[in-house]
Amino acid sequence: MKFSENWLRTWVNPDISSEALSEQLSMAGLEVDGLEPVAADFHTVVVGKVVECGPHPDADKLQVTKVDVGDGELLDIVCGAPNCRKDLMVVVAKVGAVLPGDFKIKKAKLRGHPSHGMLCSFKELGLIDDHDGIIELPSDAPIGKDYRDYLGLDDLSIDIDLTPNRGDCLSIRGIAREVGVLNNIDVTEPTFETVAATLEDTRAIHLDAPNGCPRYLGRVVKNVDVKQQTPLWMSEKLRRSGIRSIDPVVDITNYVLLELGHPMHAFDLDRVQGDIHVRYANKGERLTLLDEQEVKLDDDVLVIADDKQALAMAGVYGGLDSGVTEGSQHIFLESAFFAPDAILGKARRFGLHTDASHRYERGVDPELQRQAMERATQLLVEICGGEAGPIVEAKSDEHLPKPADVTLRAARLSSVLGIDIETDRVTEILKRLGFAVQVGEGQWQVQVPTYRFDIAIEEDLIEEVARVYGYNNIQAAAPAAQLRMRPQQEALISTHRLVDAMIERGYQEAITYSFVDPKHQAALFDDSASLTLPHPISVEMSSMRLSLWPGLLNALAHNQKRQQSVLAFVETGLRFVPDEQAENGVNQQPMFAGVRSGKAFGEHWSIDDRNVDFYDVKGDVEALLKKSGVDDIRFVASEHTALHPGQSAAIYRGERCIGFIGALHPQFEKAFGLNQRAFVFELELDAINQRSIPTAQPISRFPSIRRDLAIVLDERIAAGEVLTTLKNIGVNQLIDLNLFDVYQGENLPEGKRSLALSVTLQDNEKTLEETEINGIMERLVSTLQSEFDATLRD
Amino acid sequence: MQLEQIVEQAQQAIAEADSPQALDEVRVEYMGKKGRLTELLKGLGQLDPSERREAGQKINQAKQQVQSDINARKEILKAAELEAKLDAERIDVTLPGRASQVGGVHPVTQTIRRIEAFFGDLGFSVKQGPEVEDGFHNFDALNIPANHPARADHDTFYFTPSTMLRTQTSGVQIRTMEAEQPPLRIISPGRVYRNDYDQTHTPMFHQVEGLMVDKDVSFTQLKGILEDFLNHFFEESLTVRFRPSYFPFTEPSAEVDVMGKDGKWLEVLGCGMVHPNVLRAVGIDPEQYTGFAFGMGVERLTMLRYGVTDLRAFFENDLRFLKQFN
Repeated sequence: MKFSENWLRTWVNPDISSEALSEQLSMAGLEVDGLEPVAADFHTVVVGKVVECGPHPDADKLQVTKVDVGDGELLDIVCGAPNCRKDLMVVVAKVGAVLPGDFKIKKAKLRGHPSHGMLCSFKELGLIDDHDGIIELPSDAPIGKDYRDYLGLDDLSIDIDLTPNRGDCLSIRGIAREVGVLNNIDVTEPTFETVAATLEDTRAIHLDAPNGCPRYLGRVVKNVDVKQQTPLWMSEKLRRSGIRSIDPVVDITNYVLLELGHPMHAFDLDRVQGDIHVRYANKGERLTLLDEQEVKLDDDVLVIADDKQALAMAGVYGGLDSGVTEGSQHIFLESAFFAPDAILGKARRFGLHTDASHRYERGVDPELQRQAMERATQLLVEICGGEAGPIVEAKSDEHLPKPADVTLRAARLSSVLGIDIETDRVTEILKRLGFAVQVGEGQWQVQVPTYRFDIAIEEDLIEEVARVYGYNNIQAAAPAAQLRMRPQQEALISTHRLVDAMIERGYQEAITYSFVDPKHQAALFDDSASLTLPHPISVEMSSMRLSLWPGLLNALAHNQKRQQSVLAFVETGLRFVPDEQAENGVNQQPMFAGVRSGKAFGEHWSIDDRNVDFYDVKGDVEALLKKSGVDDIRFVASEHTALHPGQSAAIYRGERCIGFIGALHPQFEKAFGLNQRAFVFELELDAINQRSIPTAQPISRFPSIRRDLAIVLDERIAAGEVLTTLKNIGVNQLIDLNLFDVYQGENLPEGKRSLALSVTLQDNEKTLEETEINGIMERLVSTLQSEFDATLRD
Repeated sequence: MQLEQIVEQAQQAIAEADSPQALDEVRVEYMGKKGRLTELLKGLGQLDPSERREAGQKINQAKQQVQSDINARKEILKAAELEAKLDAERIDVTLPGRASQVGGVHPVTQTIRRIEAFFGDLGFSVKQGPEVEDGFHNFDALNIPANHPARADHDTFYFTPSTMLRTQTSGVQIRTMEAEQPPLRIISPGRVYRNDYDQTHTPMFHQVEGLMVDKDVSFTQLKGILEDFLNHFFEESLTVRFRPSYFPFTEPSAEVDVMGKDGKWLEVLGCGMVHPNVLRAVGIDPEQYTGFAFGMGVERLTMLRYGVTDLRAFFENDLRFLKQFN
């Protein structure tokens, strides 16, 4: 809601500065978004009259004038505007004037003719951008008067960002009421004159949908002249309120909208066939709107219709066919109350948002229609002439909103706000707000005026009292609560701790968008179904992620392009897997993922320069799980559509597959814009954030001994299998098994490799004898032989 | 006399020995089985018994003298040897160490962790919830009925008319209140989504919302906890103001501004007393319990705290940006 401060001050004029007024409004919940002068800086610009006007002897497009600015001496001014003519009242920048853009007016000669000033256009004064020719003032404009004073240009436009509950403040009257309350002063409403009917013409009105429209006033005004010019005082007020002047009829309805907060509509009477019907549209009924858009209506859209067809979308937008045009002679004025529920969402459905729909959606005073009608008629007859018929009112009392009766309990007021406000102060605030108040025992019985349709419950009144009392006058206090310990599950590993574990290993935490490029996703996950946003920011951000990998790979590519050589990112967040069984049809699963690429380490004088590989990332994952106390993890060679078939593994915890690790399949590198191998992993967060509480075991007092085994076996046999098998054959004394060397090549047959294992044995009861040790080693060797066809290396 | 000469010679040889080996050779020459001093002792038998005792004493004294000189020399040589060894092991301690690189948490996470710590201290639990929400949890239960103008302000990403990306984490509060009875103290950090993208808006950002429901929770306490929070979060004493505002799920509602260094007010969070309709929707009696709720934009707070000027930087994941916060 944008409006002129001077206009407001004609209603209510507190003795405070513009800044203080603006601060006051903000602190009352009417947030001031902007405070701007209504005109740029200029001075020494006055009202003048063109006394003589003739062609310039040496220039076709220029005219030579003499202008009276009330100084007793006529000014010679050369003017190039086509509308410059004798007896025209004009705006004159005298010598010495400074116009917007620091444009100084000096004595000049134009094609040999002296020019002592300039006749101004709106554009030259920085008022309106698109005006041809010089300003034409009314013939009664006072010659010599400073133009700023004449127009009252020392004014500010105040822009208020109103919250949806304060529809009552979408007018000068509404804001004036607030200012009156806040300053404890009276509001002086201008007196509005009623227009007596001089015609008998009427149109009958039928409320066919009284729940949507319980009150409708119509009035015929005949013989109006739409070609009249809107008076300057009105177009200026509109301009300062951010509304362009169109034609006098539109301007008048807009003016009433701003002044009183009531939307009006004017029909061309000759285009209304028969009676007025306020009804719901027939399903599929068509209507061409004022913007020439043809819409197909549903049966929940309220329309104004005549006997034949829909004429306008009620409370939203007029129709093209029935609209007032330059040629209109007779007008039918509408002033109606539409229920918010009937209007809500309708404008949006058709991609519209109008000043009318904005107000009707939030609410309009259901008692205001007659006054608005009188005010509009009065302005219409004053500006465009014409004769008015009587007002026809149709209403349905049972459907009109009733003024609310709300009880405010003193105890509730204190308990919600946490302070005690004196009874008299509360009473005074409520009365100031225009409420009818009855003070009872510990409570106030409040009757709310119809224009405060946002007040319905006790909390609404509490807010009103607090707001007017001033939030800043309510002190701060510490919350009080009973001390109760919160559970701290020791087995639960916090996500922060997991992320920190990766950070200590050089990973940078990333946050990537939850929506990714559907092309990337389809490629990586073999066209798996994903959730799609019907109205995304862009196609590249339209598919809900099935994995954190696409986002992380993008982060990788972004940094590779910026010459970063050591890259490691970790991210946690949800993935969105369509699942009919899940709530809202999607399984929203928290994941823990990482990616590495480029150098394994920053270039260093004593560390071998090499690229990161699978085992670096595997080591990171192993460290993560070890650090967080998660055990029972296996890596099983496995294929995944996103990963290199020879460098990928499924990660198991017990029998459950909890994630994947591997090199990104090289075929996707280009799509992501990667210039180096990328290694990724992803784990289900809820599979790695629980550990078992340790149960302590006694430490053996007896020495441990180590024996090494070097075996030769088929290269395709997974080392992990070998280790798992040995661990599981039931040798209690086997306390550690470590693979410390892998060899392949010279001295070994083709297709074979050698694994070197260290076996650490220890018994809890005794020192192991040589014979026992040999027995165990033989068992291990024979298992290796039988299970893997392995032989001892010579 | 021969003995004195021998000792003199021995002492000279000891002084000249420049290594433990050379010194040992000197020892053998004089003190060994066939050493010159040893030989002298052996020759005592040829002396007259009356002279033998005195001569023996002198030779022994000479032996002790030489041995002690050898020992002293040995210490010097050992020290020199060690010094030489240490000198050979000298390194350039100013060369860069072999430290593994360390990463860092994202600045948004850093802010969330700090907020969690402040409220955690007061007994607020951290609650998470789904990001694909239904209309009930994102709007209806928050007293925002269909077609409410407030819904249009949200620029919601809808999947269907009844499912959407959450526009606020308030759904988590609803879910918590559905599941637990007061007293409740929770905060819910997380991602939220709005269909808006420019210099000051990203389609995804983070919020932390907080909720306290108990007997006698009041607006004064809401002011108290938030003023406290802001002062501690920014680690300075700020000028804070509570400005009346409107949210369908709270009443009275307020927006909170802090005075920036340029003297301008900056909006940092929204809050209010939980609307009775919201409490009723989850089966809590508003006559018995009251509550306050607040919500803050994490990116906004992070930008103010660390002087970040472009919101979009948070989601580009440029290492040169992220590493500044490590």
